[in-house]
Amino acid sequence: MLLPGRSNQRVLPGFGLSLGLTLFYWSLIVFLPVVALLVRATGIPWERFLQTMTDRRVLAALGLSFGGAALAAGLDTAFGFLVAWVLVRYRFPGRRVLDAMIDLPFALPTAVSGIALTTLYAKNGWIGQWLVPLGIQVAYSRLGVVMAMMFIGLPFVVRTLQPALEDLDPELEEAAASLGAGRWATWRRVILPTLRPALLAGFTLAFARAVGEYGTIVFISGNLPMQTEIAPLLIVVKLEQYDYAGATAIAVVMLAAALVVLTLIHRWQTAYCFLRG
Amino acid sequence: MHPVSVFKMHSDLRRQVSACGLTEPWPIRLALILVTVVILGLFLVLPVVAVFAQAWAKGLGAYWAALREPDTLSSIYLTLLTTAICVPVGTVFGLAAAWCLGKFDFPGRKFLMAMLDLPLSVSPVAAGLMFVLVFGRHGWLGPWLEAHGIRIIFAVPGVVLVTLFVTAPYVARELIPLMQAQGTEAEEAAQVLGANGWQTFWRVTLPQVKWGLLYGIILCNARAMGEFGAVSVVSGHIRGKTNTMPLQVEILYNEYDFVGAFAVASLLAGLALVTLVLKTILEHKAAQQMALAQASGPEMAEPMLDHSRAFDDEAAKSKQT
Repeated sequence: MLLPGRSNQRVLPGFGLSLGLTLFYWSLIVFLPVVALLVRATGIPWERFLQTMTDRRVLAALGLSFGGAALAAGLDTAFGFLVAWVLVRYRFPGRRVLDAMIDLPFALPTAVSGIALTTLYAKNGWIGQWLVPLGIQVAYSRLGVVMAMMFIGLPFVVRTLQPALEDLDPELEEAAASLGAGRWATWRRVILPTLRPALLAGFTLAFARAVGEYGTIVFISGNLPMQTEIAPLLIVVKLEQYDYAGATAIAVVMLAAALVVLTLIHRWQTAYCFLRG
Repeated sequence: MHPVSVFKMHSDLRRQVSACGLTEPWPIRLALILVTVVILGLFLVLPVVAVFAQAWAKGLGAYWAALREPDTLSSIYLTLLTTAICVPVGTVFGLAAAWCLGKFDFPGRKFLMAMLDLPLSVSPVAAGLMFVLVFGRHGWLGPWLEAHGIRIIFAVPGVVLVTLFVTAPYVARELIPLMQAQGTEAEEAAQVLGANGWQTFWRVTLPQVKWGLLYGIILCNARAMGEFGAVSVVSGHIRGKTNTMPLQVEILYNEYDFVGAFAVASLLAGLALVTLVLKTILEHKAAQQMALAQASGPEMAEPMLDHSRAFDDEAAKSKQT
């Protein structure tokens, strides 16, 4: 059944071996655990599942994870657009360094960014000492959760938008300008609509990362039940209480969300230069 | 989701854009640049500076002493051990996956490609939970493992297994687009000239993808050393035994040993900075290889590679609907 489809590719050896290795490895390392989770979830009685999912603490945590991630991804999309625009369109000293720095949240281990952000925004921290007197409490609040989510999501937006901005045909803007559109009108009516797929893809990637994020957030959030507790943390809490059914139920909801996002991204990416790099 | 594959630069296109005369008036340009630099500085760079500042706050003596704590040393050892296992394994299987997904077309290929992203889309904590459900005491294999005296969860094997899970996609993700772009003509020529499979792979394919491969390995390495959520679920936080560096950071931080926590964190931050530098260099090299591949064979790269056409088709479709 799994024979190479295109005749000109049959000459190449190693298809069976490489596919076999891939299927073996992925079955063992990826599919087996995922299936275990799904099977465990189907073993949970429906009332037990409902009871877990309608628990106020669980609802609050899911609400914070999904709501906070949506807000953070939205803010990231706006700010990431500015960053991508400046990096692609303008030339200034230090641009390459700045460009490399965009990946910092991605390269920095999450526990490290977690304690670093908390230290910065705590009452006596470098940034916190200015914000707290103004009544802006970032550390140990929901604001901190959103802040941490923004931190880890930003590279995804910028890196999705950059190639799209580079590929933007200058002729489009020239045409708009020659037809009498001002810079603002060109930007709003020509550039923004063209970039919409990339903006959507960037938003989704940032959202997906923020929903599942654990390390960066647990340090800055303070982890108060009902207030600053995120869904992944609740999985950990339930596991520590040996409530496997509860932990599994929350994880399955999050996995379902991840799969929906994965499907959406794949749709957009085939549309939007899947092979961008 | 694919953090890996969105980094490529297209410098020729950039030049083209900046060459065209249309741009904003200079005060606006300047203001936008300043806003971006200031916010990025505060938002991205300051945290890294803070890590080193905190680590060295009590002087270099305290810093070295903190790093020489036996528990910290053992966490460094465990992280190096985990990475030493996961990176080679991830590389070999990543190469295998890239070979069959990048060079062949077969039923189910699309599904496998989509599944390749799964470990990056699942919450790390959920990933850890999955392994507990398979190998834990109440898991599928738990009773059997216990009967044979094998511990996986709350032990080193569990840490290695979840790290294999979270790092599984990196190498393949980086190589597949490159292998697709290069097509199969060079390999076919080698075959016709009498090379066997391994010779073709080592002498023809590998040199063509080496920068992309290195790039994938660097990302895989960074994730293997830095993974926190998944590892924290399965490790059990046994001091001196199952703590990796990120877990050691958490423990020390929660004990208010800030110099200790930030000392370990500074090593990880240093790793992140090295990763960024290498990434920037390799990205450039890999982009060159990609450009070369695309330039050398427009016919063979088709149809998977023609982004612009795929994009136009999709755009046309979305207009119709």
